[in-house]
Amino acid sequence: MAQLTYREAVAGALAQEMARDERVVLLGEDVGSGGVFKTTAGLRDRFGTDRVWDTPISEQAIAGAAMGAAAAGLRPVAEIMFSDFYATCWDQVANEIAKACYMTGGQLRMPLVIRGTNGGGLGFGAQHSQAIENWAMCVPGIKIVSPSDPSDMWGLLAAAIRDDEPVLVFEHKALFGTKGEAPAGDHVVGLGEAAVRRTGDDVTLVGLARTVGMCLEAASTLADDGVSAEVLDLRTLVPLDAAAVLASVRRTGRVVIVEENPGQLGWGAGVAAIVAEEAFADLRAPVRRVSGGNVPLPVAAAMEAAVLPSADKVVAAVRDVLTPATVTSATGRG
Amino acid sequence: MTGSVVQDVGLRGLYEQMLRIRHFEAKLDVLYRQGRVRGPAHLGIGQEAIAVGVASTLGPGDASLGTYRGHAHALARGADPEAVLRELLGREGGICGGKGGSMHITSVAHGYYGSYAIVGGHIPTAVGMAWASRIRRDGRVTACFFGDGTTNIGAFHEAVNLAAVWSLPVVFVCENNQYMEYTPIADVIPVARPAADRAPAYGLEPVVVDGNDVEAVRQTVARAVERARRGDGPTLLEATTYRLGGHSVADGAAYRDPDEVSAAWLRDPVVKAAQRLTETGDATAEETEALVARVKGEMDDLAVRVLEAPTPDAAAAWTGMWSDGSSTWRN
Ligand SMILES: Cc1ncc(C[n+]2csc(CCOP(=O)(O)OP(=O)(O)O)c2C)c(N)n1
Ligand SMILES: [Mg+2]
Repeated sequence: MAQLTYREAVAGALAQEMARDERVVLLGEDVGSGGVFKTTAGLRDRFGTDRVWDTPISEQAIAGAAMGAAAAGLRPVAEIMFSDFYATCWDQVANEIAKACYMTGGQLRMPLVIRGTNGGGLGFGAQHSQAIENWAMCVPGIKIVSPSDPSDMWGLLAAAIRDDEPVLVFEHKALFGTKGEAPAGDHVVGLGEAAVRRTGDDVTLVGLARTVGMCLEAASTLADDGVSAEVLDLRTLVPLDAAAVLASVRRTGRVVIVEENPGQLGWGAGVAAIVAEEAFADLRAPVRRVSGGNVPLPVAAAMEAAVLPSADKVVAAVRDVLTPATVTSATGRG
Repeated sequence: MTGSVVQDVGLRGLYEQMLRIRHFEAKLDVLYRQGRVRGPAHLGIGQEAIAVGVASTLGPGDASLGTYRGHAHALARGADPEAVLRELLGREGGICGGKGGSMHITSVAHGYYGSYAIVGGHIPTAVGMAWASRIRRDGRVTACFFGDGTTNIGAFHEAVNLAAVWSLPVVFVCENNQYMEYTPIADVIPVARPAADRAPAYGLEPVVVDGNDVEAVRQTVARAVERARRGDGPTLLEATTYRLGGHSVADGAAYRDPDEVSAAWLRDPVVKAAQRLTETGDATAEETEALVARVKGEMDDLAVRVLEAPTPDAAAAWTGMWSDGSSTWRN
């Protein structure tokens, strides 16, 4: 079976969609030369400078130009090099793009994608490591995609480009080197469909992007102890496949939600609230979250590891929920 | 693309448009004072020559974007005054379905791609529309209005820079009405002219026009539009004017010297156009007076009609976040 990396899947999906639809155009800093993470490698050579545009360091202009081009009927894909930089153009995302369709009574359409590298684990420090899906989840009107493996990176990015709404696609920078099966043919994964990565009966582990791997690792450790964990990969936060979470939790009676962003207000809190409100009667233990710590990300390896979620922290949390009377402190609650 | 067809309306047509916009807004001011307008409303009384002059150089295929002070920007492109007033008064059939209000009037059918209320936030959008035109070679020109105070925000600089670097078909129109909200622009810029003196930093010519002279605006913008359509890139235009009222209808503007305000009324662009019409013999004073009375009457009738209209159903709030008309985020 042919293999490809998560990194190659980005370029693969972009090429697939650019070949399919000439309205798809790329813009961003250094995208023409392949980008800092080599995720747009080869595209300018293949599609030309009319389709792949190198921009100045102007995140507001990049996001805003994507909005204008979308309003004019193109399907732009903008790159924000590191998702931390969304803070410099959040007006464009949260106030302009997210609101345009609604506040004009449907006169404007925003079929655009903004992609950016996201997340920690590589020692990039406080300003280049954040997982910021939760910022976006506070804003109605944008879709949020966070793939966990190469095949999904390809298929979800393709779906995001075909989608008629604004979609933020988060590429986890610690996953770029991971390998998976190369998709065959026209590969698209529908937005809003969570994937069961492992079936189990005792507890539901809910992950996204890099934390899916942590959940899988934890599940195999737990299996050695006779604990059967189900692993659900949300894939997209908006649309949220809440039904998949609820169905699994109703069966297992226990849930541990594993999110990389700071727990003080992460996406996991929203998912936890849905479970508490809609599946309370089926719960056999309190809802648990394993979250990023509530401090900026440090660089030294041991410190960064302490702040980020991990398979070990997930295992510890599962042990807690299996003995609810002794729920103790935990990781990521700094 | 029809973009190359410039409206040929003559001074009389331009005057009529300015007059309609003036009395639309004057009526709105009255309605506001009667408590019939929800939220803020920012009037462009005194600045009509800019919206009308610019719009007269654009063809039906061209695009424009404006601000929260944007009733004139929309009306000058041909937006239906009744649909606009329905939006302003929160009635059924509002131009944004009751979801936009005064600060977000939009009429895409007339090439008016929206009014935006984050200072400068829409300038990158205008650049993106122009970028799309360059990619598609569709001959469309995009005009973008903003205020003098807006030249101090980052989005303005990023957008003008990108438009200049990519040589995009966009005309930036700075309406220098001398004030941001309450602060005189001179207090917050290190140069004399907010837009013109920034232009050279982006390799652009400084262009200043009397924004109270509709014909001058039309001529100057027509050159900029032609230049953009030829593929010669953007123009950053500064139109000098004066905001005759407060920042919004709620602002009495007591911070201004009354002499300054009365002097500005002597330069009222609508009166100026009427005078010019009588000077050139295109209309007599009696004719312009009769026109004023007729337009006022039309606006009174319009207000009565709109006030009788029903208010929209609250359930509409849950529609239209996505382009298929739905708003759900989860299953
Ligand atoms: C980013 C941002 N900052 C502040 C405001 C509040 N505000 C609204 S209008 C305005 C003044 C803008 O001045 P100018 O650009 O000269 O436009 P004018 O109102 O005179 O037409 C301010 C400060 C805002 N809407 N957006
Ligand atoms: Mg001003």
